[in-house]
Amino acid sequence: MITTKIIKRKELGFWDKTYLPAVGLGLWITSRHFFRNFLIQTLHLFGFLKNVRGAVTYQYPEEQRPLSKRTRTRHRLTQREDGSPRCVGCMMCETVCPARCINIVAGEHPDPNIEKYPVSFDLDLGMCVYCGFCVEVCPEDAIRMDTQILDIAAYSRQDMKLSLQELLHPRSTPAYQKNNSN
Amino acid sequence: MIMEIVIKAILAAAFLGMVLNLAGLLTWVERKQSAVMQDRVGANRAWIEFKPKWLMPLNWLLRPLNVLGLFHALADAVKMFAKEDFMPRGADKVLYNLAPMISVVFALLAFAAIPFGDVLNIGGRSIDLQIAGIDAGLLFVFAMMSLGIYGVILAGFSSNNNYAYLGGMRAASQMLSYEITMGISIMGVVLVYGTLNLQEIVRSQGGTFFGVIPAWGIFVQPLAFVLFMVAALAETKRVPFDLPEGESEIIGYFVEYSGMKFGMFFLTDLVETVLVACLMTTFFLGGWQVPYLLRDGFHFPWGSVWLLPHITVVVLGIVSFMLKVAFFNWFFMQVRWTLPRFRYDQLMHLGWKILFPASLVNVLITSIIVVMKNP
Repeated sequence: MITTKIIKRKELGFWDKTYLPAVGLGLWITSRHFFRNFLIQTLHLFGFLKNVRGAVTYQYPEEQRPLSKRTRTRHRLTQREDGSPRCVGCMMCETVCPARCINIVAGEHPDPNIEKYPVSFDLDLGMCVYCGFCVEVCPEDAIRMDTQILDIAAYSRQDMKLSLQELLHPRSTPAYQKNNSN
Repeated sequence: MIMEIVIKAILAAAFLGMVLNLAGLLTWVERKQSAVMQDRVGANRAWIEFKPKWLMPLNWLLRPLNVLGLFHALADAVKMFAKEDFMPRGADKVLYNLAPMISVVFALLAFAAIPFGDVLNIGGRSIDLQIAGIDAGLLFVFAMMSLGIYGVILAGFSSNNNYAYLGGMRAASQMLSYEITMGISIMGVVLVYGTLNLQEIVRSQGGTFFGVIPAWGIFVQPLAFVLFMVAALAETKRVPFDLPEGESEIIGYFVEYSGMKFGMFFLTDLVETVLVACLMTTFFLGGWQVPYLLRDGFHFPWGSVWLLPHITVVVLGIVSFMLKVAFFNWFFMQVRWTLPRFRYDQLMHLGWKILFPASLVNVLITSIIVVMKNP
């Protein structure tokens, strides 16, 4: 049994037909926003009232939008106290990676207590799907995705590949500095 | 004689420069104002900066302009000039090229009759601060505004494009129907002041009612003010009356235009906005009149008098005119970014069934009052 409910369209009254009250209301709302934001943004130019936002815009390259701490952002390799990577070259992340973007070459570590160390640790950001499996699977807490770096802009696919140095010290390698200095 | 011509030329150049600059600035105002009222920041990335160290002071001077995004107007102009000037196959070559010129020229010509200041006495000469002191200035302005429609119609007609043609036809019917309302609503003002000379109309708006309210047209003809404003907004072909363009449905009469020819149509819209703001100021906000300011200085309602030199009074008048025009420009922008576009039948309904009868009623009531006052 289908029941139908007939909703009667409201007839427009006299004032609705003149459009004037609706126009006035609309202008009131937009003017309120305009004058409030105009005042705040003008004060911002002179350095006052910086804690009140005059716009919802984030001026992106200069001003980063705040990210949640749990957001999976660009990878980094954690270090031991002496600055060497914590990675022991177990290949767990390379194995679990669904995008196959990690490529590790492991070598024998001189310290007998540590099994291996990564001779090279290449991570191709152009292929990475930011799933975070590598972080979850790592037994040594050697790789994390908490750098809060989201951009992977580069002039070529080759430039998107991160080396061991870049992963240990995000945004420090000469290649990165060259591309981003004016 | 030569001197007269030189003075007129200077006046024309100054006023034209002001209008064109204001129209250019309006592109920036449009961006910024829409942004600010929508809780955004607006365009601020057109940045001019010099690399050499010794040009640092210049950079420092340019910085406020950069931060405000004022160079976007310049960037726009450069972009427009650098674009390909494309002409569609089958277009009428002469009319296609003529249309943007007609459009912009008539919009600019209408400014000739608008008084932007009182008589300036300088060096034993009295200069009327008005480019052309036409006795039937009102008719001249309306004639120019009507002729401006030709640019739009010809653009639609000559482009060999159905959408452009549709836009042109829409523009023709819209502007013709609103022209009538505009003309009749202003008849009330003409009846009250008894002249078609714009300078005389402004002069009649000096003084006060009851010693407090300035004797501006808006207080004499409030209904005509509303009617004229709506009709004038429709005349500028901008949102909410932008059916000739209708960016989201038909691109409009300038769909086939590119580069600076499109830019000229774009400029025409903004120049017309300025023109309409000037007309509103002249008819309803007392043009260059400053409240309580007479020829020799301020005469405040509480009886005190503040005498000012002649030149100050004239400059105050010009500044007052510009401020009023700026206010109307702000208001039109606010309307443009607040209201959605009318549907075509709503537009015609509003024009012919609401505004047109209302303007006739306004003329009738005004005539009765005028006749009763001066039998």
